[in-house]
Amino acid sequence: MFTFEHHTLRKQGVVILDDISLHIAAGERVALLGASGAGKSTLLQLMREQHPDEIAWCPQDGAMVPPLSVFHNIYMGSLDRHNALYNLRNLIYPKAKERRAIRTIANALGIGEKLFTSIDRLSGGQAQRTALGRALYAQKETLLADEPVSSLDELQGGNLLRHTLSTHTTAVIALHDQFLALSCFDRVIGLRNGKILIDQPAASLNHDDLLPLYGQASPT
Amino acid sequence: MNNPRAHNTTASHYRHISLVLAGFALLAFFLADIDITTRSPGTELGRILAGLIRPDFFATDHLLQATLFTLSFAVQGVALGAAVGFVLACFWHYRSVRMASATVRAIHELFWGLIFLQLTGLSTLTGVLAIAIPYSGIFAKVFGEFLEESNSKPAQALARNSGPLSTFFFAKLPLVWAQFKVYGAYRLECGIRSSAILGFIGLPTLGFHLETAFRQGDYSAGAALLYIFFLLIISMRGWLHARLIPIYLLAALLYAPPLSSNTGASLWRFLSHDIMPAPLRSGYSGDLTFSRWALDLVSQQAVPGLVNTLVLGSAALLMTGLIAIMILPLLSRHFSGKLVRSGANIFVIMMRTTPEFLLAFIFLLALGPSMLPGIFALALHTGAIIGHLTSRIADQLPIPSNSARGLNRLSFEVLPRVYGNFLALLLYRWEIIMRETAILGLIGIPTIGFYIDSAFAEFRLDRAFFLIAVSVILNLSVDGLSRTLRNRLRLHA
Repeated sequence: MFTFEHHTLRKQGVVILDDISLHIAAGERVALLGASGAGKSTLLQLMREQHPDEIAWCPQDGAMVPPLSVFHNIYMGSLDRHNALYNLRNLIYPKAKERRAIRTIANALGIGEKLFTSIDRLSGGQAQRTALGRALYAQKETLLADEPVSSLDELQGGNLLRHTLSTHTTAVIALHDQFLALSCFDRVIGLRNGKILIDQPAASLNHDDLLPLYGQASPT
Repeated sequence: MNNPRAHNTTASHYRHISLVLAGFALLAFFLADIDITTRSPGTELGRILAGLIRPDFFATDHLLQATLFTLSFAVQGVALGAAVGFVLACFWHYRSVRMASATVRAIHELFWGLIFLQLTGLSTLTGVLAIAIPYSGIFAKVFGEFLEESNSKPAQALARNSGPLSTFFFAKLPLVWAQFKVYGAYRLECGIRSSAILGFIGLPTLGFHLETAFRQGDYSAGAALLYIFFLLIISMRGWLHARLIPIYLLAALLYAPPLSSNTGASLWRFLSHDIMPAPLRSGYSGDLTFSRWALDLVSQQAVPGLVNTLVLGSAALLMTGLIAIMILPLLSRHFSGKLVRSGANIFVIMMRTTPEFLLAFIFLLALGPSMLPGIFALALHTGAIIGHLTSRIADQLPIPSNSARGLNRLSFEVLPRVYGNFLALLLYRWEIIMRETAILGLIGIPTIGFYIDSAFAEFRLDRAFFLIAVSVILNLSVDGLSRTLRNRLRLHA
């Protein structure tokens, strides 16, 4: 589904991605690990461009519209399924059908109470749940997400991550939580300074194997 | 070798640009005609003050009517301007849209009023369009820049085929809607000012009765009109609520339907015949050639008008800066106690509420026709605005209480910190000063507006049109120069 052959990317002379070769098949669930600045977001962005219309996209931040409600921010995942008139109608006065569908999603994410509260009045964690809600409501087979649970604690984050993964057949998710990466995914790709350092099944890795990604020597 | 005496500080850049601007302005002062021509300006000023102390609210007939017309024109004009400006702002990335809005806003409401008097007569439609057209250009610019500067991440995060309309209404508009509303409210205040002074060209708003009362020396009646005008603007906070706007608009449309009895036939004649230079019209029987016509117009009217406009505007700019810096300590908590600050605040509110044009008219009665009333009016109005805004920035500065006081504090602690903002505001207002300078011609100060007004009075619409085009070029040049200076100094208000 996603393929890179010796791909190198420079921005203003700085190497962001360095000779990346990668193949991700449909049906795989991949965790993307690496220190900040390793190139995870850029790689996700490039994956998105390979199949722009088939992807539920959940970027790191800034993608929510702060003055709009949780309902509307989740609804925005479905803008491409309807004509503009239908979308405008739901912006001004949401249809009962849409309310029901989105309330179900919001309840599952634990923000059902806040459905008609605007994002600028919510906590960072609640905004992040809304962003996941939007990705869910996009109703696509493939999910690309960048640190979708970074503002939640490990338990809640794990639950939401598993819920989100169960609704997509293919997923590539950038994470900083190594425990979640090893426990929820089939495959782990580790980046360091724009290079792929690790690309293995999650089952064959343990915590110590991941240390080199963060500049620490593996104890073995 | 580095020259040890070369200054490489931000302050020296500010000083440099200030000195250049002040040098030009001083030159302008020497060229300007700033005589006091009334025999005893003190007496007249005294009578005006006496009138201000004893306003007479029953001297003017149709006072309520004039107030309601003022509000109706303003509400309709600003609403139409905001609607058109909003649509234009959605296409702000097109150069042609930016050029068109720059051109329509370079022409003052009063000039638009004079143009529409020819087409739609003394009607509500004239008043509404005179406000709506330049305001649509202003709204387009401000809304367009809000949209441009808004966060683009939400739109980029949407599915690629979400459609431009849905993307705009979900991921763009909500981000700037609050700013739109605040700016719209400010523009309505400006609209009431514009509507009032449209009375000076004959429309039945407060300005019409104000001009009559002041010209007849009935200063008590004039003062009453002035106070009603103040009340309208100062009370806005109390009656302007987003939910009530549709009701106000409906009321304005019912009270003064934007109609005109003139038919569209005169529009075609106006465009194809009236504003064409006379020697180029079909069926022209005179013996002027076009080049002769243009040369006469340029040498006898456009050049003197432009020179006077530049001289008056530049002198006013210097005086504006001086007044703003003098007002600053009176308004700022770093220098003045509560009593002084509230006194200065009342003065500032009065000065910025009164349109420059109206202040100039009142000073003109006291001091007689010269550039002096114009300079005073522009400088007091604009200086009050800039002083107020700069003092708000200054008040956010933390200054240790043991540091210098008085003039030392002003010149070492406060001014160096706020001078960038001050200069940016001054350069921003420069274009507006020039725009206002042009219309001072309508009350007899010989700026370019004087020649435009005379051409309209003689029904020489071709000349009026040509001179308006000249004033547009002047405004666009000043705007461009101001932007260049701001960019070079990397200034932001």
